[in-house]
Amino acid sequence: MIEIKNISKSFGDRKVVDDVSFTFLPGKTNLIIGESGCGKTTILKLMVGLHILDKGEILYSGQNFPALNVKDKQEIRKEIGMLFQGGALFDSQTVEENVRFPLDMFTDMNKEEKDERVNFCLSRVKLEGRNNLYPAELSGGMKKRAALARAIANNPKYLFCDEPNSGLDPKTSIVIDDLIHDITQEYNITTIIITHDMNSVLEIGENVMFIYKGKNYWTGTKNEILKADNKELYNFIFASEFMQQVFKAATKS
Amino acid sequence: MKLFFQIGEYFALMYRVFSKPEKMSVYWRQIIFEINSIGIGSLAIVAIISVFMGGVITIQAAFGLTGPLVPLFAVGYTTRESMLLEFCPTIVSLILAGKVGSNIASEIGSMRVTEQIDALEIMGVNSASYLILPKIVAAILINPFLIALSMFLGVFGGYVMGTAAGACTSYEYIYGIQAFFEPWKLKYSFTKVVVFAYLITSVASYYGYYTSGGAIEVGKSSTKAVVITSVLILIFNLILTQLFLAH
Repeated sequence: MIEIKNISKSFGDRKVVDDVSFTFLPGKTNLIIGESGCGKTTILKLMVGLHILDKGEILYSGQNFPALNVKDKQEIRKEIGMLFQGGALFDSQTVEENVRFPLDMFTDMNKEEKDERVNFCLSRVKLEGRNNLYPAELSGGMKKRAALARAIANNPKYLFCDEPNSGLDPKTSIVIDDLIHDITQEYNITTIIITHDMNSVLEIGENVMFIYKGKNYWTGTKNEILKADNKELYNFIFASEFMQQVFKAATKS
Repeated sequence: MKLFFQIGEYFALMYRVFSKPEKMSVYWRQIIFEINSIGIGSLAIVAIISVFMGGVITIQAAFGLTGPLVPLFAVGYTTRESMLLEFCPTIVSLILAGKVGSNIASEIGSMRVTEQIDALEIMGVNSASYLILPKIVAAILINPFLIALSMFLGVFGGYVMGTAAGACTSYEYIYGIQAFFEPWKLKYSFTKVVVFAYLITSVASYYGYYTSGGAIEVGKSSTKAVVITSVLILIFNLILTQLFLAH
């Protein structure tokens, strides 16, 4: 479980994250949603220590991450898997080498065990037989899946996903969402997903936080989100004509 | 103020670079990879430049050193001294600053802007050490061999072109390159090579590591790395020459 308590962050005079609190539950897909530029990615970067907090606490199973020393922070980071928006695969390494990397760095597995683990992770994301391809040879969806395989290679306790569906077609988006959801439940991972894709919210949003202008405006589940009495959330969800029509049709029937 | 900030940032980065590696076996593999990339990848350019520069220095020496009081072996002697003391350690290092330095800065800069360095950090890897230490170690290990080869090829190029152009005879040239040889000068040359190897890799890595933005900034970092490294090589060349050669 990860708890964030009253976290704030400013860049110059601009307050990007303003007193946000939330609890991310294990075994659930925890979503942070909101418009572009509302502070979602900053919250995620604060949580993994890529930005320094101005105020507040980030508790990983009770340990206040920002207050830890470098060594203890690294120990927690070894339990984190992260799927970046662009994949962030290492360009000079093949898919197999990318997935093997955390195993090489942090485990004492022998070659056979590593091979087995790499192939298992690749099969889990449906990339069997693509071991020797370089990131430049992969499609957008394949890159995301390879990055997900790397993120789960070392059995993480916490999985962070920054807009896993961006740039993907709806069908591939659903594949990625389902993969993340299944892996989360199977291994009881605390998964945090940043998205503004409403399909993802309605598919896998088990614990949702809506951010507006850097503040936590609403929390709930995918079942509660359509009935929520919150003007900003309503404007976000029904920004498109399509969503309004779908909702109208659903409520009529 | 910005200069002091950058110097501080550079030393803070070096502190992280020289901290204990997470796993030595992974680092050794990276060092071997970098030796191949930095050293073997630069062989051709170093060889070509050394042979031609050796030839040019020999012909210029023969052209300039004329007169009844100048011995004929002076051409070979001048070529050896020029190659050993200045051309190979300093000019070849300046060339490597362009080739290797820009490569390192753009490689690490691209990794920064595509979040690959963030990915390393989040995994719990000391990204500074993992990316930069193998490059520094590899350059310090392989550059002396590159420069030794450059010295040999430079002197050899001088012999081939000097004799072919009729600037000197084979006997005079060989006598000249052996005359008044003082081994401590090699110590001076190779000390310079090691210092320059460190400067090339660490300064380029610094500019790459702190790149922010996109492709344009990666290009700017690469250019800055080459310019600053070249200036630093010239400054340290002067300092080391004063330290070794001044009496």
